[in-house]
Amino acid sequence: MSAVAATPGRPATTLRVRGTYAPYLLSLPALAVMGVLLLVPLAMTLVLSLHSFGMYTGISSDYALANYVDVFTDPYFGEIFLRTLRISLCTTLLAAVLGAPEAYILHRMSSPWRSIFLLVMLGPLLISVIARTLGWAMLLGATGVVNQTLIALGLIQTPVEFMYAETGVVVALAHVLMPFMVISVWAALQKLDPQVENAAVSLGAGQATVLRRVVLPQIMPGILSGSIIVFALAASSFATPSIIGGRRLKVAATLAYDEFLSTLNWPLGATIAVLLLAANIVIIVGCNRLVERRYQQVFQ
Amino acid sequence: MSFLTIERLTKVYDSITAVDGISLDIERGEFVSLLGPSGCGKTTTLQMIAGFVDVTSGRILLEGQDLARVHPARRGLGIVFQSYALFPHMTVAENVGFGLEMRKVNRADRDRRVAAALQLVGLSAMADRYPKRMSGGQQQRVALARALVIEPHLLLLDEPLSNLDAKLREEMQGELRDIQERTGLTTILVTHDQAEAMALSDRIVVMSKGRIEQIDAPEAAYQVPATRFVADFLGRTNTVEGDCAGAAVSVAGETWTVPGGAPAGPVHVAVRPERVTFAETGLAGTVRKRVFQGSQWYFEVESVVGPLAVLAPNGRGRVPAVDEAVRLTWSADDMRVLPREAVR
Repeated sequence: MSAVAATPGRPATTLRVRGTYAPYLLSLPALAVMGVLLLVPLAMTLVLSLHSFGMYTGISSDYALANYVDVFTDPYFGEIFLRTLRISLCTTLLAAVLGAPEAYILHRMSSPWRSIFLLVMLGPLLISVIARTLGWAMLLGATGVVNQTLIALGLIQTPVEFMYAETGVVVALAHVLMPFMVISVWAALQKLDPQVENAAVSLGAGQATVLRRVVLPQIMPGILSGSIIVFALAASSFATPSIIGGRRLKVAATLAYDEFLSTLNWPLGATIAVLLLAANIVIIVGCNRLVERRYQQVFQ
Repeated sequence: MSFLTIERLTKVYDSITAVDGISLDIERGEFVSLLGPSGCGKTTTLQMIAGFVDVTSGRILLEGQDLARVHPARRGLGIVFQSYALFPHMTVAENVGFGLEMRKVNRADRDRRVAAALQLVGLSAMADRYPKRMSGGQQQRVALARALVIEPHLLLLDEPLSNLDAKLREEMQGELRDIQERTGLTTILVTHDQAEAMALSDRIVVMSKGRIEQIDAPEAAYQVPATRFVADFLGRTNTVEGDCAGAAVSVAGETWTVPGGAPAGPVHVAVRPERVTFAETGLAGTVRKRVFQGSQWYFEVESVVGPLAVLAPNGRGRVPAVDEAVRLTWSADDMRVLPREAVR
């Protein structure tokens, strides 16, 4: 304060000049990290995907769209991309259907239980992906706990094929990605005016009507943004589909991995990776636009 | 039988008694305020009437019917919440029509009644807006219209004006009273603002620590507070110590003849700041603080009986300066004498 008073005018100008550069200077380290660790490898992957590959010649340094033409024309790749989309959509749906009510119940819990169950819910994120997925493999196998129980109860005669099937992958993915949905819905619930439910009741609404007409529409943005996160993570997930789905049930991420490390066809693997990223970006940005346009006038 | 009867109503949370056996009768068409500082149990009482909080013991009877057996959704009460609690994903018209929709009122009747309710609160032009795009005062009117449109038996207002700025609050007070008089609706207002309670109500119920201190018309409660708490809460009060012998009450050597007299012995004398006047003779004191408040002056005077607050209208005679020696007095009609041991 006294320094400013002693030299009126000058400190303010210096501050303003420094102020214009400061944000850029301050974000430089983060930008450098992002650039070196993310943008450069991405660009290199993109370049790699344009090269061609021969069984005996290896990677040549030409530029062509041959790999992209291959992926788009071969139904083998089409099926894998379609499966990836199907698994991601089913996972998102399951996570939303189970996660939104879970978040609401958590939200209504009283204080000691709320934090305990929040921790339980975050559990999957605290366990290594391999341990967790192998756990699911033990549960879902032909002689696993789930099948044995169902047979013992007489509900089925022969074991259900969870392993090496889309159902198993969806169940395991929904489990691990659930916390992202719950946290997203939870954030939306925190913004809910606690009196709003009472207001609806006072106007004659029953509990089910309150949930459907008052709570659900208000947490819909949370469900949708949670869905975007879950979808993106499910579509690019690798460990869960590779263990539960095995080598037979390929998805885009495991396909790219196999092209890189088994076939050693790096350019094709890069092409698949680029296409997966592009598809993910298109779907996520599109959904986000939709959400923002739909809810913009209502909230904010 | 009163319209609404509250009998020995009690609410205990774990070990804390929020409402401690209050009883209250409200007549049809009356405007009653529950007034008190935060934590006095006024909001809990309102929530028990609304059915959002379970009653520990006691009864609430609306037109003779015990409300304990009526689900909150079937009580038919209009409630305006402090936060307004509007549905942000619905337009104004949808908000107001929600209660009618729940009552399965057909579309045409619903539209007509929503339009009438919006007309009543002066928001006809904003039926298609979303609440977030409106000012606090407008949201408040939507909340009021939503509560009124279902033609409730009873209107409950939970600090409805506390989020508005001073000027708007005054305006809404007038409108609220106006609407209440036009509809003849029995209304209970919960507020911590004594000016608001006094401006709006037929009767005010002053509460403290879960108990009722006084139930009276606003003027009566202000003029003749039943307890020291009420005297302090309803505007400022100077309380000084004195002695009483027959009809004569003396404070620091000055004597007043109080009509009707008071019990002999040591007493507390309560005088409102606006009743204390500067005079040629009386209690000696020195002005410590002087604040200009527009229509009036506010003084703090250090007197022989302790600090006294004085309010003097602006433009009536000379205004004493800070540190000036003054003498203070008041008329015998303006003092309230309470036996010292009875004062809480």
